[in-house]
Amino acid sequence: MELNPSAIVGIGVIGAVTFYLGFHSSRLANTTPDFLVARRIVRSRRNAAAISGEYLSAASFLGIAGLILKDGVDSLWYAVGFTAGYLALLLFVAAPLRRSGAYTLPDFVAARLGSVALRRLATVFVVVISVLYLVPQLQGAGLTLSTVMPVPAWVGSAVVVLLVTVNAFGGGMRSITIVQAFQYWVKLVALALPTFVLIVVFVGGHPVAASLSADSPPVFAHTTSVAIPAAVEVHEAAPVRVQAYGLVNGFQNNGPLLMNPGIPYKIGAHATLVFPAGSPTPTPSDSPDTNAAWLRPQSGGVSALFSTYSLIVALFLGTMGLPHVLVRFYTNPNGRAARRTTLHVLLLLGLFYLFPTMLGALSRLYTPELLVTGQTDAAILLLPGKLVGGMPGEILGAVIVAGAFAAFLSTSSGLLVSIAGVVSTEVFRGRVRDFRWATVIAALVPLTLALLLPEADISLSVGLSFALAASTFCPVLVIGIWWRRLTWVGAAAGMVVGGGLVLTALVLNIISEYTGAWAPWPVVQPALITVPAAFATVFLVSLCTQDRLPPDVSRILLRLHAPDPLGFIKDRDVARFGPAAPPSPVDGRHHR
Amino acid sequence: MSKHADGPDGPPADDAQRPATAARKPRRKRVVLNDSRNPVTVVRVITELEEQTSVGEALVRNLVRAQLKMALWLALLTTVVFGSLPLAFYLSPRFGESSVFGVRLPWLILGVLPFPVLFAIGLLYNRLAERHEKDFVNMVES
Repeated sequence: MELNPSAIVGIGVIGAVTFYLGFHSSRLANTTPDFLVARRIVRSRRNAAAISGEYLSAASFLGIAGLILKDGVDSLWYAVGFTAGYLALLLFVAAPLRRSGAYTLPDFVAARLGSVALRRLATVFVVVISVLYLVPQLQGAGLTLSTVMPVPAWVGSAVVVLLVTVNAFGGGMRSITIVQAFQYWVKLVALALPTFVLIVVFVGGHPVAASLSADSPPVFAHTTSVAIPAAVEVHEAAPVRVQAYGLVNGFQNNGPLLMNPGIPYKIGAHATLVFPAGSPTPTPSDSPDTNAAWLRPQSGGVSALFSTYSLIVALFLGTMGLPHVLVRFYTNPNGRAARRTTLHVLLLLGLFYLFPTMLGALSRLYTPELLVTGQTDAAILLLPGKLVGGMPGEILGAVIVAGAFAAFLSTSSGLLVSIAGVVSTEVFRGRVRDFRWATVIAALVPLTLALLLPEADISLSVGLSFALAASTFCPVLVIGIWWRRLTWVGAAAGMVVGGGLVLTALVLNIISEYTGAWAPWPVVQPALITVPAAFATVFLVSLCTQDRLPPDVSRILLRLHAPDPLGFIKDRDVARFGPAAPPSPVDGRHHR
Repeated sequence: MSKHADGPDGPPADDAQRPATAARKPRRKRVVLNDSRNPVTVVRVITELEEQTSVGEALVRNLVRAQLKMALWLALLTTVVFGSLPLAFYLSPRFGESSVFGVRLPWLILGVLPFPVLFAIGLLYNRLAERHEKDFVNMVES
């Protein structure tokens, strides 16, 4: 698409600062505990900013506004769920998880249940969840870069992977903590500032083509030419005469086309549609068509209701099972600090999520063409240019693009470090050198997948990784922390059942995407079924295998729950890899 | 390459040369009066907890039960508050179309209100959990 020099400057600045901060703090990192858990000395305020910075991914920054543009008020559940997940984490997991003294998620299950087999299984799921989460981040980076620069999508993905790998390679957890804390504030400002400006412009009387409560679809304000990047299926609410160039319903069309209501139109890739000013926008077949339906909650019938509940279950319970979030909790000094960190995170996330809602609603008014192209994730990237013309619009757009890049960078680096931490300690021997090799491997696999797999809505694919986390690690963590009769067999069975069901749904979903989107709601959003199934399996199998109880279960539970001043925390990374060396005098050189 | 490769005990100290230097200059020693990370507590009760005597075990069980009960109550509260919303919107379209100050009520309820509510519940939990733990520590130390 068109070249936006200020946006490229914005990306450059974010990349340079990220690299500088990471490089600067990598001088302090020289031991395995540095690389894995930042020596467990991160204070709760900075840790909360780092957790929020890492957590606010492309799905939050771009995806929520895009889904609001398409599906309306029901998409707000994403913002609510992304935040509420931390309340569940605070209530059931935060402090005991830190007190376990573990340094990765597999290490926690091994500490609690003492099983090598379970440890391996947990390793597999950590890698699967993280990769599943990384792929949409990289695809989002590709999309973002290609909206401001005429480059193919893989360039953006590769740039992000390169930057993130270099940082994680240099200092692991120690160096990405400060990078992520910084990037939370970048993202907040990059979303808040344009929101204020655009709201002022909007309230100041910017012309609106159709009211948001009108009983009609959004309307094109000007004659608009829309290039379709990949095949889409849309329908019209009223007859419209457009100019169509390309494949429509399987026939080549090179001129006027009358689009009638009630008929699905399959528009082929690389087609171009030209809509006259004032014509209603065609909408995707599975979304509300009129603005009135868009404004109303739960307008999609019973299956949409179940789908909403399923999403709520996945998001509320999925956060506590995300490996890259949990690994940050190990960096707290003690259990009480872990709780305070979580509370801070609730504050920071609540602040952030006010803004995507407003931008999503504005984009329904000003960027309706994205409904036709299906690239709704680009909504907030294009919005400033539509509302504010000329140089100011370009600069606002650049600010948002820079924020989006911060989102890709911070989430990807968190995921990369969590994969690398697990792989280096479970597969290799956990030396610093192993961590570096694991980083490179962990970067290349998702990059390959991001280039091979088809692009879906970022929030939807991220939603599936939440469902996977909620059906595997959430039951094991919650039950393991609070119930002394859990056995490793029960935990393993629960993870296999929950994880297996979600992965089956994932595969069915991909097949259905290719063969006409026939999948019912339990396939698209399976958590409402898989999470209870996983919990039930863990309980039942544990009760049947009580002879496998770990012998020192009372002592382990004591360690998880005893208040910090009693001093029961024993850090397992220190026990395995030796104590962190005292900070070496900083003289500007790397100590490795 | 990396320092931890030397193992937990650190590099072997060069004790052979130390007495000679120590004779001239007394070695600097670190005196710890009160390390806030590992406060000194009553050793007897802690050993009781570690040794898993019946008293120690009952104490811990009580603490865990109290914390779990509180967490479950607050989780139930959150579930009822948020879980009832989609059903309410579904059953009552009038509720879903009502508006306050020109803004549709569902947009306010889902777009703004959840965040302070979630934070308030979290704050309440934190207060209560820390109080439970403080009571426990006081009981153990007295």
